[in-house]
Formats: sequence, structure tokens, C-alpha cells
Amino acid sequence: MPVLSYIQAITKALQEEMERDEKVFVLGEDVGVRGGVFRATDGLYEQFGETRVIDTPLAESAIAGVGIGAAMYGMRPVAEMQFADFILPAVNQIISEAAKIRYRSNNDWTAPITIRAPYGGGVHGALYHSQSIEAIFANQPGLKIVMPSSPYDAKGLLKAAIRDEDPVLFLEHKRAYRSIKEEVPDTDYTLPIGKAEVKRDGADITVITYGLCVQFALQAAEKLEKEDIDVHILDLRTVYPLDQEAIKEAASKTGKVLLITEDNKEGSIIGEVAAIISEHCLFDLDAPIKRLAGPDVPAMPYAPPLEKEFMINPDKIEAAMRELAEF
Amino acid sequence: MSLSKHQQLGLSDQNILEMYRTMLLARRIDERMWLLNRSGKIPFVVSCQGQEAQQVGASYALDRTKDYAAPYYRDVGVVLSLGMTARELMLQAYAKAEDPNSGGRQMPGHYGQKKNRMLTGSSPVTTQVPHAVGVGLAAKMEKKDIVSFVTLGEGSSNQGDFHEGANFAAVHKLPVIFMVENNQYAISVPLNKQVACEKISDRAIGYGMPGVTVDGNDPLAVYEAVKQAVDRARTGEGPTLIEAVSYRLTPHSSDDDDRSYREREEVEQAKQKDGLLTFKSYVQDQEIATNSELEQMEQEIREIIDEATAYAENAPYAKPESIYDFVYGNEGSTR
Repeated sequence: MPVLSYIQAITKALQEEMERDEKVFVLGEDVGVRGGVFRATDGLYEQFGETRVIDTPLAESAIAGVGIGAAMYGMRPVAEMQFADFILPAVNQIISEAAKIRYRSNNDWTAPITIRAPYGGGVHGALYHSQSIEAIFANQPGLKIVMPSSPYDAKGLLKAAIRDEDPVLFLEHKRAYRSIKEEVPDTDYTLPIGKAEVKRDGADITVITYGLCVQFALQAAEKLEKEDIDVHILDLRTVYPLDQEAIKEAASKTGKVLLITEDNKEGSIIGEVAAIISEHCLFDLDAPIKRLAGPDVPAMPYAPPLEKEFMINPDKIEAAMRELAEF
Repeated sequence: MSLSKHQQLGLSDQNILEMYRTMLLARRIDERMWLLNRSGKIPFVVSCQGQEAQQVGASYALDRTKDYAAPYYRDVGVVLSLGMTARELMLQAYAKAEDPNSGGRQMPGHYGQKKNRMLTGSSPVTTQVPHAVGVGLAAKMEKKDIVSFVTLGEGSSNQGDFHEGANFAAVHKLPVIFMVENNQYAISVPLNKQVACEKISDRAIGYGMPGVTVDGNDPLAVYEAVKQAVDRARTGEGPTLIEAVSYRLTPHSSDDDDRSYREREEVEQAKQKDGLLTFKSYVQDQEIATNSELEQMEQEIREIIDEATAYAENAPYAKPESIYDFVYGNEGSTR
């Protein structure tokens, strides 16, 4: 089985879907001849040509909006936002349009578009190339938000997103692009959107997180294993709408819950996860729900010590896990 | 014997009569909706009055069996031309379950009907422009002979989505027609406080596409301009920006009072140029219909609207529990 990096898994998913269905096409800034600034669409222009791998004008609302129009017509567009930070001009198209088209037309029209965007920090990207933007979109019924944590998941979930009948915001951690590698089957497989997955089975404490933080949590759990702290890790995979059953099950399993996000703490995805747990699992808890998140500052600064202070890393997670285990 | 204007455009007397009838139907439906609103039957009206000529003239230049449209909220004339019925419009006005636009979920004027290839629209203005461009892109990719027609107001031509969509369509030479229905007002703000250019169509040069301004009160002038744009689109020459100039004869909506921002004399003057009246004169002058035939048309339209109103008034609302339907396609798989 070939070993692929996270970004190679993304490229593979796009390539396979474009081969499978000629309605699938890619549009965005620099996605064509250049193959994307991160190389996510590398080789697609050569294989599928400029009509299916479209270099668009530099205008994010049009990238989303033109994609939505094509999706309404019956195509399967995959729109790329160059950085998640630059999705904001397209918010009206995503929230007012894509998320509501099925609902407002009483199921007459649909907008099955996938919008990919690289998010997250730790890459010297400073304020505007490091942000986590999922919370902005995470109270918009009609929209789905998928944030894979590994190459295997990235391929299966992206293929599922492209085939989904509804709009999917697909957020890829840019630091995972080349740092995370694993075996990824050549076969045509999809993974279910809306379902979380247990990434590590444990009995002492439960970690619920998503994206790159899953990898950091797995590394921290390895270390704590030597101290006989047995960590259960649930990867949300889809952060909106949340897999409530999996969250309740994971929280109740150990009674001690650590929630992790790289996003700013207040108003983040994990706040909603905490609410679900406190609503449904209060009598199964043995400790207060603990949250580990980015600080509530506007965004991630450029200077390395400041960036490090903002970022989640395995050491911070390990400390939080130990503290919770000892409660 | 010299040909009349419509004959020069390749339109028959029958075409002209149909166009006039559609304009009249749009106006009478709109007038009825105001009566229903003022008598407390329906909560809201947003009008087409004064813009029927351009809406119908433009629509008749499309191939109404295959072209797509993204209408904006005043386009009663467009949606009637493209196949929506008076009954369906009344079901929308009454927000009843059978409303094909949204099943009573959206306010009136938010059109959409897939069987007639009318994209669903929203309230934030101009978001429909990139959608129409996306349809044009898809048509080009699929090598389908389809034109994508989108309308908007002159105020909306300031929105980013207008610029982004127009630029995209021009760069990719897409079969899209942008028609700005310049009715002189964006709610209370007049044209000279919306744009500094002389004509909205002047904006076309910035995108690298042709821009034309036509008399929006003359359905034949609009038909001609849109027909030329359709021909360009079908032969791969790309998009066109058309500005149809008319006047909004009513307040912005049933919740607006235009007496606070425009003089009555101005409105009265505009009424003299009302496209519905001038086109009626054309029909009479060309002897396309007699006065008694036109009176009969009025009577038939009244009956159609009476029937549509009664039907809509008696039709059921959507059931409260239906509020949960159609959030996602694969219901249940995510919750």
C-alpha cells in the first residue's frame, strides 16, 4: 500500500473523482498551470485540461458563487480558497446561498459544491495565513464542515464530500500537508460525513478533538501510556453538524473529558461539544470538562515565540491530559 | 409597404399580443397584491410596476425551452414569461405550501422554479449574478447551447458580486446576459447617489464586454438588445451588459412610503411614459387587436387573477413540523 502525505491524499482524491465523474471540476486561484500554491491540484491541469481545472480571477466570492451556480446546474465543483483566511469575502455566498439553497427552495434546487481551504498555523503564516475559521460557519444548518486529521481520512472524506448532495466546507490543516504521512489505499473508498471516529481506545481519560490536533493528541497519549494513563481519543472528523452520539459515548466512557482545538477558545467548536456533554452526560462525569485551545487574541502572530505560544502542541496536550487524569 | 418595428425584429402580430398580455397580467397581478396587502390579506408586496416592458421584452428574446434565468425580486414579468402562473404567484404571495418557489418559506419576490430553469434567489442583492455565471460556465463545459440570463437593479450594480461575476464571465467568454433594470431608485437613494458614471452600461468596458443602454419602457427595444446579446452568447462571443432604463412607479415595497423622498410630479411624469400604456398604443396603432378584444383580454385576466386569489387564499399552509424538512438531502444521516 503506498504511503502518501496528507496533501498527496487530497490530490489523489481529486484525481480519482475527476476520472470517475466528468461533472467534477476544480476552480480557484493558481489551481491550474501552477497546480495550487500548496500543490494540492498538482498534475490535474495536465491530465484534465484547462476547462476542468480552472484558474479563476482573484475574487473569492466569485469562486464560491460561480461554483454554486454550476452546482445548481448539475455539476460537481470543487472550489479552492487559497487560504482559509481569505474565505471571508465569500461568506455571503456560502452562508446566504449555498447553505440555504435546498431549504429556501423547498428541495427544488440543491448546491452540491465542495469548498476546500487550507487552515491552521505553525507554518510562519502570521495573522492572515494561520487562522482556524470553522466556528464562523458552524451554526449554519444546510452546510457541512469536514476537517480530516490524516491522509487516509483526507482521501475518503474528500471523495465523500464531492459526492455529497449538499455543500461541504472541507478544511485541510496546512501543517499536516507534508508532516503527516501514512498508508493510503489505491482503492476507491469513501468515509461517512457526519460520523466521528475513535482514533485510540482508552479507559482513563477522553480527548475529543479534530484536524491536526488529533495527531498531537495521539503523540501525547503515547507518552502517557508509559505512566499508565490510558487515553481514549475521538476524532470528530465532521465538526458541523456534530456526531452527538459518538461524543456522548466517548465522554461517558471515561468520565474525564479534555476538548482540544487550535481555534480561539471562546465560541469555538469545542464549546458546543462541551454543551452536548453537559446536557447529556452530567452524571457520567468525574471531573469538570477541560478545554485546551488557542488564546483569545485576534490571530496568530508571526514571530516564532509568539506563534509557539498560540499553537497547540503535544507538550501542551500532555500536560493537560496529566492534569485531568490526576483530578 | 414598409415593415413595422416588430416585423423587422421577426416578431409576428401574435407574438406582440402575447407580450402585451404578459405585461398586462404582470401589472394586474401586482395591483391585486397591493389591494390584498392593504386589506390585510397578505403581509408584503414588492412591485414590478413600471418594469414589465423590459422584463417581458427581454424574456421573449430567450429560448424559453432551454435557457436559464436568475431573476431578481421585481421580475414578475420575467417569471410569467418563463412559465410561472398567476396561481403560483398568488400561492407565493399567500405563503402557501403549494408555492413552487419555496413552499411559503421565502418572502414574495424570491423566485425559483427548477422546471422552468429559474434559479432560486435570496434577499442579499446580487448574489444571483455569480450563480448565473456558474450556469454559463457549466453550459460551456458541457457544450450545451444554453444562455444564462440574470437581472438586477442599478443599485445592485455596486455590489462586489456584480463586478466579480461580470469579470469572471468576460474572462471566460461565457454565454451570460446581465440586464440591469435601472428604475432610478435603490429604495430611497436616487441614481446620482449610486453611481457617478453616466450610464450603468459604461461599466461594461471595465470588464471587456459590450454594454448597451436601452429604453426599458419599450419592450421591442429591449427585445432587440437582448436578442443581439443572445446571438453573441450562442456563437461563443461571450457576455453582454444591458441597461434597461425605466422608472419604479410604486414605493420600494408595501412597507415603504416614497412621498418622503420623491416628488409626486416626478412620479406622474413617469406614468406618462409607462411602457404598458405606450405598448398598448402600439398594439392599437398597428391594429393587432381591436379595443373590444383588448377589453376582453382585461376581463379574462381579471378572471384568472380572481381564480388564482381564491385558490391561494383557500390553499393550506405548510404543516408546522415541515420546518425540519430539507435541511440536508440525506435526512437523518448526520443527526
